[in-house]
Formats: sequence, C-alpha cells, structure tokens
Amino acid sequence: MLEPLIVAEHIDKIYEMPGGGGKQVLRGIDLAVREGEVLAVLGPSGSGKSTLLRIIAGLVAPTRGRITYHGAMAQRGGNGVAMVFQSFALFPWLTVQENVELGLKAQGLIEAERHERALRVIDMIGLDGFEGAYPKELSGGMRQRVGFARALVVDPDVLLMDEPFSALDVLTAENLRRDLLELWLERRIPTRAVVIVTHSIEEAVYLAVRAIVLSRDPAEVRAEVAITLPHWRDREDRRFAQIVDQIYSLLTQRAGEKETAQGRRRPEPIPAVRSGALNGLVELLEDAPREDIYRLGEELQFDVDDLLPIVEGLELLGLAKVHEGDIELTPQGRRYAGANLLERKEIFRTQALERCPALAQIERVLVQKSNGRMNREFFVDAMEQSYGVEEAERQVDTLIEWGRYAEIFAYDQESRQLYLERDEAQPGAAPSGD
Amino acid sequence: MSWFPAPGIARRVRLGWVDLLVFAAVLLMLLAVLRLGGRMALPLHDVGTISLSPAALPLYAGESLLRIFIAFLASLVFAVVYGYLAAKSPWAGRVLVPLLDILQSVPVLGFLSATLAFFAGLFPGSSLGLEIAAVFAIFTAQAWNMTFAFYHTLVTLPADLEEASHVYRLGRWSRLWYLELPSSAITLVMNSMMSFGGSWFFLAASETVTFSGRRVMLPGIGSYMALAEQRGDTPAMLAAVAVMIVLIVLVDQLFWRPIVAWSQRFKLEQTPAAEGPTSFVLTLLRRSALVEGLWRLLHPAWETLWRWFSRPPARRPAGAQSSVVWRVLFGLLGVLVLALALRTGWRLLSGIAPHEIVHVGWLGILTWLRVMAAVLLGAIWTVPVGVAIGLSPRVSRWAQPLAQIAASFPANMLFPIVVAWLLRVRAGLDIGAIPLMMLGTQWYILFNVIAGSLAIPQDLKEAGRIFGLKGLLRWRELVLPAIFPSLVTGGVTAAGGAWNASIVAEVASWQHHTLVAQGLGAYITLATARGDGSQVLLGIAVMSLFVIAMNRLVWRPLYRLAETRYHLD
Repeated sequence: MLEPLIVAEHIDKIYEMPGGGGKQVLRGIDLAVREGEVLAVLGPSGSGKSTLLRIIAGLVAPTRGRITYHGAMAQRGGNGVAMVFQSFALFPWLTVQENVELGLKAQGLIEAERHERALRVIDMIGLDGFEGAYPKELSGGMRQRVGFARALVVDPDVLLMDEPFSALDVLTAENLRRDLLELWLERRIPTRAVVIVTHSIEEAVYLAVRAIVLSRDPAEVRAEVAITLPHWRDREDRRFAQIVDQIYSLLTQRAGEKETAQGRRRPEPIPAVRSGALNGLVELLEDAPREDIYRLGEELQFDVDDLLPIVEGLELLGLAKVHEGDIELTPQGRRYAGANLLERKEIFRTQALERCPALAQIERVLVQKSNGRMNREFFVDAMEQSYGVEEAERQVDTLIEWGRYAEIFAYDQESRQLYLERDEAQPGAAPSGD
Repeated sequence: MSWFPAPGIARRVRLGWVDLLVFAAVLLMLLAVLRLGGRMALPLHDVGTISLSPAALPLYAGESLLRIFIAFLASLVFAVVYGYLAAKSPWAGRVLVPLLDILQSVPVLGFLSATLAFFAGLFPGSSLGLEIAAVFAIFTAQAWNMTFAFYHTLVTLPADLEEASHVYRLGRWSRLWYLELPSSAITLVMNSMMSFGGSWFFLAASETVTFSGRRVMLPGIGSYMALAEQRGDTPAMLAAVAVMIVLIVLVDQLFWRPIVAWSQRFKLEQTPAAEGPTSFVLTLLRRSALVEGLWRLLHPAWETLWRWFSRPPARRPAGAQSSVVWRVLFGLLGVLVLALALRTGWRLLSGIAPHEIVHVGWLGILTWLRVMAAVLLGAIWTVPVGVAIGLSPRVSRWAQPLAQIAASFPANMLFPIVVAWLLRVRAGLDIGAIPLMMLGTQWYILFNVIAGSLAIPQDLKEAGRIFGLKGLLRWRELVLPAIFPSLVTGGVTAAGGAWNASIVAEVASWQHHTLVAQGLGAYITLATARGDGSQVLLGIAVMSLFVIAMNRLVWRPLYRLAETRYHLD
C-alpha cells in the first residue's frame, strides 16, 4: 500500500472555557488520508467533524497530537491542501475569475499565467461565460462551482471539503456531486485524495471509498467502514442500502452514560428540541405505527441531524422507542397522540418529571424557595460543570421550553427568572406577552 | 483587481465630451490645490486682513475646503493604521483601544484649545502653526469615529472568508486589499461621511481663534462670516451662508455620493440588492474613456507593485525574536510618552488650588444641565416632526437630505445672529446658550428619528391599523418602541455635539457686545484666550470626565435596552 498523504495521530482538541476548564471536542483521533481515495468523515452535528477538517487544513491547532504531511507535500508548503466551504466563502467584491485567481495571486504568479490557469479551470468546471460575474449574480450551485474552481486551480494534493453540498437544494447538489465525481474518476484533476465532511450518509456512500464515523462529546472514531462498491453507484442497489443502514445504526447507537474529561459521570444531555417538534413527530407516527427512521427522514426531507434529536427526545420521554433503526410509539405515546391539548400537557408533565431528572430538579428547587423564583444563571451554573457553558445554556433553554409547555414552571425573559405559577398573584411577576 | 473593474475589452477609443469634463475638472482641482496650498504659510500680520468683497468668497471657501480635506486625508490614514494595529496586535490593542475610548470623550474644541499655543509656537510669526492647529482640530473631529469603525469591522470579519484567506495563503498585503479593506469599506465610507459632515462646525470654530490675548483669523469661509458679523454686514453674511450651503451640497454630490455608490460593491450579502444608491458623477467617471485609459496605463505598474508586496514571505525562524525586540521598543516608547504626559500634566495642574477644582466641578454641572436641556428640548419637537416625515415616504424623500444638510451646516456661524436677538430681548447667555447648542445638535435627533420611522416594518404598521391603534396608544405601543434605538443614537450624537458647542456657545458676541454664561465651556474659552494652560487642561479634564460619566451611566444602559428589548427583526 502507498504511503499515506496525511496522517493525524492522537488528535485532541479542547476549547478553553471562559470560566476555566475546557470542553473537549476531539479525543484521540487517528486518521490517515491515502493516495487515490475519497475519505468521508461522518458524525452527528456538533461532533467536531468540521474542527477535525480545519485541523487537517492547518486552520486550527490541535491541543495534542500531530499532523504529518507525506509524499510530495512539503509541510504547509507547496500545493498542499485546498478547501471547499459549506458557505462557499467567496469574496463578494471579486468577480468569478478574480475569486479563482486569488490563490494564484497569493503565490505571486504573473498575470498571464494566472489568467491562463484560471480560465482553464473555469472552463472545466462549467463556469464558462461567467468569468466577469460577481458571486451575488449566481445561483447557489454556480457559486459552489466557483468554490471548487478556486480550490482546484492551485492543483492541491488533497482537496478538503466541508459539507460542500449541504447549502444547496437537492437537485443542484446531485448535479454538482456527479460533475465532481466525474472529474475525479476520469482523472482530469491532479488531486491525489479527497476528504469530505458530511452529515449525509447517502452522500458519503455515494462518493467515498472509506467512511469514518465519529461519536459525540467528545468525538472519537467510532468505526471505519470500507465502501467497496464500484463507481458509479446505484442508490437503488440493495448493497448500497445495506451500507447506508449499517452506518445509520452506527450513528444512532446511544453511548449511554459517558465519562467527562474530568472523569466524573454525568447524565446524558437532553436533546435540544422544542415541544412543537416532538408533538409533530408523534402525530406523524400515530397513523404509521412502525417507521424506518431513515425512510422517515427522506420523506420529511430532514437530515439525520434534524431528525435524530427529535427521536431521542421522544425516547427520553418514553413516548416512543427505537428498535433496529425503526421507531414506534409506546402505549403512553399512543395515548398522548389521541389526547387533546390539555391532556397532552398533563401526560408530558408526568413523563418529563419522571424521566428527565434535570426538570424534576428544577421543580424541586423552585418549590423549596419561599417566593418560588430562581435566576436562570443558577441552573446554567449548576450544569456548567458537566457540560461547559455553551451546552449548559442550550440545555437550560430546552428545559425552560419543555417546562413552559408542560406548565411545570413559567419564565420571565425580562428578569431572566424561572418561577412557579401559584394561584396567588405574583408580586412583580407580570411577564410580558412575548 | 478588486477596487476597479479589470480593464477588459476596449469599449471605446474615441474621447467624448465626458472626457473633456473629467480632464477639465482634474486640471482645475490641481491648480486650486497648488494655489491655495501656497497661501497656508503666510506671515502672521498678513493673515488678519480679510476682505468682505463677495468676489473673494470663492477663494476663502476653497481654502476652508482644502483644510477640511487635508484633515480628512489624515484621519483616513490614521484610522486605517491605528485600527489595523489595534486589531492585529493583541498587546498593542490592549493599550490602543482604551486610549481611543478616552480620546473620543475629549471635546474636540478642547484639543484646539490645548494645542493652539503649541502649534503656534512651532512656527513663530507664520500662519502655518495656526493652519496646523486648525487642521488638527478638524482631524480630531473626524478621526476617532472612523478609527473605531475600522477597528470594529476588523475584529468582526466574516469567519469563512478569513478561513479562505488562510487556506489560500494570502499574505498580510493581500489580506488587507482583498479581505480587510473591502469588508470595512461600507462602514468606513458611511462613518467618514458622517464625521466629515460634523467637522464643518470645527472648521468654522478653528478659523477664528483667540489665544494669549490675540484674536487671529485664518482666511476661510468661517472667518469671513465672523468678520461680516462683527461688522454687521448683512449682505456679506447672507452670501457666506449661501456659499456654505452650496459647499456642503457640492461636496455631497461630487465627492460623497460617488464614493457611497461605488462602495456598494463591497456589500457582504450575497443577494442581489434592490435599488442601491446611485451617483451621476460615478456613472460619468465609469463612462469616461479617459479614466479607463489612465487605468489601463497604470495597471502594469500596479501589478508590479502588487507582486513586490505580496511576494511570499521569506522563511524567518527569527520571527519570534524580532517581535520581542519590537515589543520592548514599543513598550519603552509608551512608557516614555506616558511619563512625559504625566509630568506635563502634573506641572500644569499642581499650581491649581483645591477650591478651583470644586468651582470647575460646579461649572461642569451647570453646563451638563444645559446639555441635557438642549437634547430634551431638541427631542420634543424633532420626534413628532421626524416621525411625521418618516411615515410619509413622499415627504421624507426631500426632507431627509435637508435634515442632513442642516446637521452638516456649521451652526456656530449663526451664533452671533442669535446673540443679536438675545441682546434685543435682554436675555442672558445662561439660558441663551441652550438655544445656541440646539441650533447645531437637534438635527442629529431629527434625521435619526426620520431614519428610524422609515425603518418601521410595513407589517407592524398594518397590524397597528387593523387593531385600531390610534393617538396616544399608537405612540406608546408602536411608534416610540420602534424608533427607540434611533432615538438613542440621535441623543448620543446630539449630547456629544452639545458638549462641544458649549465651548463656543457660552461665550458669544455680536459686534461689540460679548455675552458670557457661567459654565465649563466659558471657563475653557476664557482660559484659552488668556493663555492659561493649566486652567485649560483642568477644564478639559473635567469636561471629559463628565462625558465619560454620561456615556457609562446614561447612554450605555439605554443602548443595551435598545439592543435587547427594542431591536426590530
């Protein structure tokens, strides 16, 4: 086997927290990018897969571990890596051609050579005729073509792509994906390897020869899946679906209780979903007692990232259960689906207080206080040790939303206080309409 | 390159009348700058002779214009260099940002008072020192705001573009031209325009100065007006006001409009914009074959320069060491400057008796009351009028530019006229200083209120109408909350302007009568006139403290409220 182009060894990334301590996003990641492969990095949202890509690109420094560049690539020199961004990252004040020439200009090439190379790539990527246009005049698909042209024109050894198709609509994305794959398969670009970060399993299985599946909080390599199907791949193919299913179950595998970086055990965070989304999914499942989650996502045009938290939420509340990639309402959940608005709140309240310790804890705190009020910061601070500031804020936001919906407590945005709605009038507790 | 469309296919080779116009304009501008520039260093005794002949007025206007543009150029360079250093070097930023915050709180005319004697002393017997002091005063009126604007955009650059510049290895030079300057262009242009408009006031104030017991006039439109007022020459006064208005409109049309229209190419949004600002001058320039030819001529030179600057940096492993050397040098310089400033300050202030400080504090309170009164009284009439204008698109189309001209017009040129009226009704300046302050500052509230009410979303207005919101209820529930952020912005600007105005408004004269109010502004003015450096410094320091206290205790909480509670969208 050929020598890998890029090797990442034991990569750790810890972000410093303002209040001391740190949030670990990557732990002990080992990874090699090999000559001639398309490598997909998959993981749930917020798992740090984009951070990993940025570490490979040299944009972010790892806390521990190292990245080595082999082969013809000099360390952070030569024509090492190029990157395609999810948001395109085009300079709006430059024309298509000027955007494409940017990297060449930074290398100090003379004008004639820049023009010649840029025009060749623009031609190849199908942007002919748009050289003088500004990005804002282009559609999303055309803009990302500029992003690709800008990356390919510097003849990178490794092309890094950060969710390159996820800001595009389905048809445009498919079109661009095919064009790119064609360039790659027909060896019309000198690029020696491609790394693509994505949350779309199907995209990974369609493009890559190898997929790395990351876990979350912190991200570790959970599995490596070889995708040996020959190109071009057929999505209707049974083997294609099998691989998608295999990765799907790897992704949905729940890790249960995990140890934090400090070695303390902590409860699994509650998924950040609003009660409205939970209600919506229950209603959808009412008519179809057992659904394949993957198919459900396709029907709703939801990404894994959108759908999984809702599924997890229903599971946490005991309204649904997941079995081998299928989701099904529990008897409780079926009762919930048939109930009216007030009854639903009652069921939600019982389930939540029973199965979500944090919510029960908040209620206990509020009941114990003589005035039934408590500052929001108190709960954020309490959770901060387990989750870090950012996640703690998100947790409290979600808990407040659930608590408000279930009428366990109320929340006053102005004073940032949670309070019990007792029958007697609350002094100074006149929440505004919003 | 990004700043001008790359010279593409030759569109036209023949020169047209447009080119003749452009050529003539450029020639005229060069001649004017040369001629006016030569007059900036005259023997001091020649300076006092200002002619009230209307024929001399255009020349005076030109000299004022030259002053304000030199100051603007300096401000622009300062803003970019200072902002860049503050944003790019963490250790420099730790000093530069708070320093800028303090500089911004010092009343602009305080700088004039404090530096006048110094600059005049540099060139004894020549007007050059006074010219520099005047330009410096205008500079201080423009620079801080522009610097903050540039600094702010540098620390909030779009993250993805920054990453892209990294991946494609843009050097410092390329980053500056491709990322940093373009990202800040719109903010910088808008801020420059506002600061420039506001600085006419200080131009007028710095052309006629009294220091060390001498009244000196620099040739310019401000001093022309001052002399006309002193002599009671009504036709000359009217002519000066008219020329001033023409000047403001011309600078707006020929300079700012084209630049604002051009800067729209640096919009960050990726959506095609609706009708943006346009400018006939810019269109003219874009169509001119002369401009295009010139650009084509200069392009290779630019290209060479570019490649020289953006050549990949040589590997320098000693980079860390050299930066340490710089740090030490910079630190030493800072300590030196600080020590010098402290020593001078101490020498000046040590002779001041404690009761003097208490007295100045009391004067500060008096002036503070006037400033508040001027802002509140200004708001009382400008809010209803501004809302009425803003809610009617037809009216606002012509009223908004008028409010902008009124805000740019140097109100201190009109002070003596108001003083004449005060003398007639036998009112003192203790109260009379308030209308004088309002004369210049109320317009800031007016055009901010207009802008705020123009921005009230259509759906909110419609919802108000459907639910029958009328009268007081409509004001309380819809209009006031919606314009609150703009009202705060207008209030801050107006209060800042009023503090500045106090220095020229609390001592005012009409012909041979001079009125003096009890207040901090008068204290500073009189001390400057006597040439008492320690009192000037004390007065400025106390006024800056008042401004800082106001900002911290009143305006910042209001801003926060505006941003959290009354933020639309």
